[in-house]
Amino acid sequence: MVSLDAPQRSFAPGKLVAVYVGLTALLMVAMFCALTIGPVSLTFAELWAALIGQGTIATETILMDIRAPRMVLGIMVGGSLAISGACLQGLLRNPLADPGLIGITAGASLAVVFVIVLGAGLIALLPPVLEVAVIPLAAFAGGMAVTFLVLGTASIGGQFSVARLILVGVAITAISGAMIGVMILMSNDQQLRELTFWTMGSLARSNWSTVVIACVIMVVASLALLRYRRELDMMQLGERAAFHAGVDVGRVKFQICFLVAIAVGAGVSAAGPIGFVGLVAPHMTRLFIRSSHFVVLPVSALVGANILLFADLFVRNAIPPSEIPIGIATSLLGGPFFLWLLLRNRRI
Amino acid sequence: MIEGVAINLSLGGKPILRDVTVALRPGELMAVCGPNGAGKSTLLSALAGEHPSCAASVSYEGTAANHFSAKELAQRRVVLEQSPTLSAEFTLQELVELGVPIDIAPEGMDALITPILRTLGLWEMKDRYVSELSGGQRHKAHLARILTQLNGNRQMGHHCHVFLDEPTASLDISQQALVLKAMQRLTEDGVGVLVVLHDLNLAAGFADRVILMRDGRVLYSDVPSAVLTEERLTDIYETPILVEAASSGQMVIQPRF
Repeated sequence: MVSLDAPQRSFAPGKLVAVYVGLTALLMVAMFCALTIGPVSLTFAELWAALIGQGTIATETILMDIRAPRMVLGIMVGGSLAISGACLQGLLRNPLADPGLIGITAGASLAVVFVIVLGAGLIALLPPVLEVAVIPLAAFAGGMAVTFLVLGTASIGGQFSVARLILVGVAITAISGAMIGVMILMSNDQQLRELTFWTMGSLARSNWSTVVIACVIMVVASLALLRYRRELDMMQLGERAAFHAGVDVGRVKFQICFLVAIAVGAGVSAAGPIGFVGLVAPHMTRLFIRSSHFVVLPVSALVGANILLFADLFVRNAIPPSEIPIGIATSLLGGPFFLWLLLRNRRI
Repeated sequence: MIEGVAINLSLGGKPILRDVTVALRPGELMAVCGPNGAGKSTLLSALAGEHPSCAASVSYEGTAANHFSAKELAQRRVVLEQSPTLSAEFTLQELVELGVPIDIAPEGMDALITPILRTLGLWEMKDRYVSELSGGQRHKAHLARILTQLNGNRQMGHHCHVFLDEPTASLDISQQALVLKAMQRLTEDGVGVLVVLHDLNLAAGFADRVILMRDGRVLYSDVPSAVLTEERLTDIYETPILVEAASSGQMVIQPRF
């Protein structure tokens, strides 16, 4: 039985508190900027007035209907991608693991692209309420379908193989990329614009209905992942030694991968595929704290939320009124970081 | 007592253990010796409950190993691998804390860990990163981790045994004696210790019983003086081996040059 009541280890408390306080303060700054900076800039007084229900209708609409759900989604997607990445890196004992690696992101994107290009007629027949939900639902279904496919394939023979999981994920990503390419060739101009969102990610379509559903799923999956901190520490000894120490290795591997798939699938369904956050955030964390998952997981979540909010701030304001897909910003940041990591770590 | 009865185990289609019957009794230090590829480490892993295909042939205090969860097995035996690894950047203390059983309260951790670190001479370096330690120090750090697990289990009232695979391979001669003496002290408290050893002199000097294996079979099992004879060792290792008694009475075993 996994327990949150596992023995807590002795960290340097001062340093840890400084990291938590610093990152939380940075997140508060990012949240303030996310709410006030944009095509219509808001002052602190206007923000406060809108928050207590005394602002103008325009200000309240901008704040509560556009920027607030976008900010909440950014925090949750960044946090859950970071926790998912840290868990996969810990589980696979591979610093290059990323949620995109196991094919979930690609599967979710492919399902959405299918619906946009081939299901346009079908969507038009649906009532407006379902019309809004059909694409996020497709993303979620695509992510989950891939999850079961990779988990099922990785468990063939009764033994859960992480190597097979990754290889199947790579294959699914390649196949999905090719099929998305075909769909792009078949799409018209309007569909092509729509596809940009679902192939490069964006927080622009945030509305409370999708944000709340996706966030609830991401919060539940992320909290569940936090319960595996001790097991992830044990896994650093290798699978045999982890088993000797009492970890049911096969079960833990399956459950962590399943929870990662749920968190990533929910994130993609609301914000599209956003690359590299799951890779970069845990590594940035480990630059400050070389320690166990008891610290790495929650701190990574804070780092991930910060990365995504600042990246979103950048893409919203870089070339107004146009908006760069956020996946481009995170890839521009993450790609060079990934290369640096490869060059720095000679053991990889 | 841990018993293996008629253990047969094949890995990758190749038989590794053939009809092996062995028992580790409480308070006994049992050395498993034999040439490379004899199946010593595989026997240890089979008795540790690692192989589902033969777990039914292994029993802990009369209950088959396949009836225990991973956690329940961890309460009944601790294992130190031949080449323990660590992928994360942990300090020595953080590594040793991984051995603390989940049921031990956080405030009890120091009382559990400190005496073990002091006994093994690791206390002064507890805050150093494991990656900065020498090979021997790292091995001792992992030994401290499993002794922490052992003492934690005993503190919780579980009867627990120790499996060590080549624990002295990376240690100097004084550290080898220190580790094996520590194991002897455990046997005085009723702990059964199974240790895979290549060094026959250490087996002769410290073991209560020696098992000699070849080609996946246990050929001899008895007290060291009965098992470690020139004739048997020469036959098993397929090289001339000299067994002498030193002036202290201690057995000295070496290849005949």
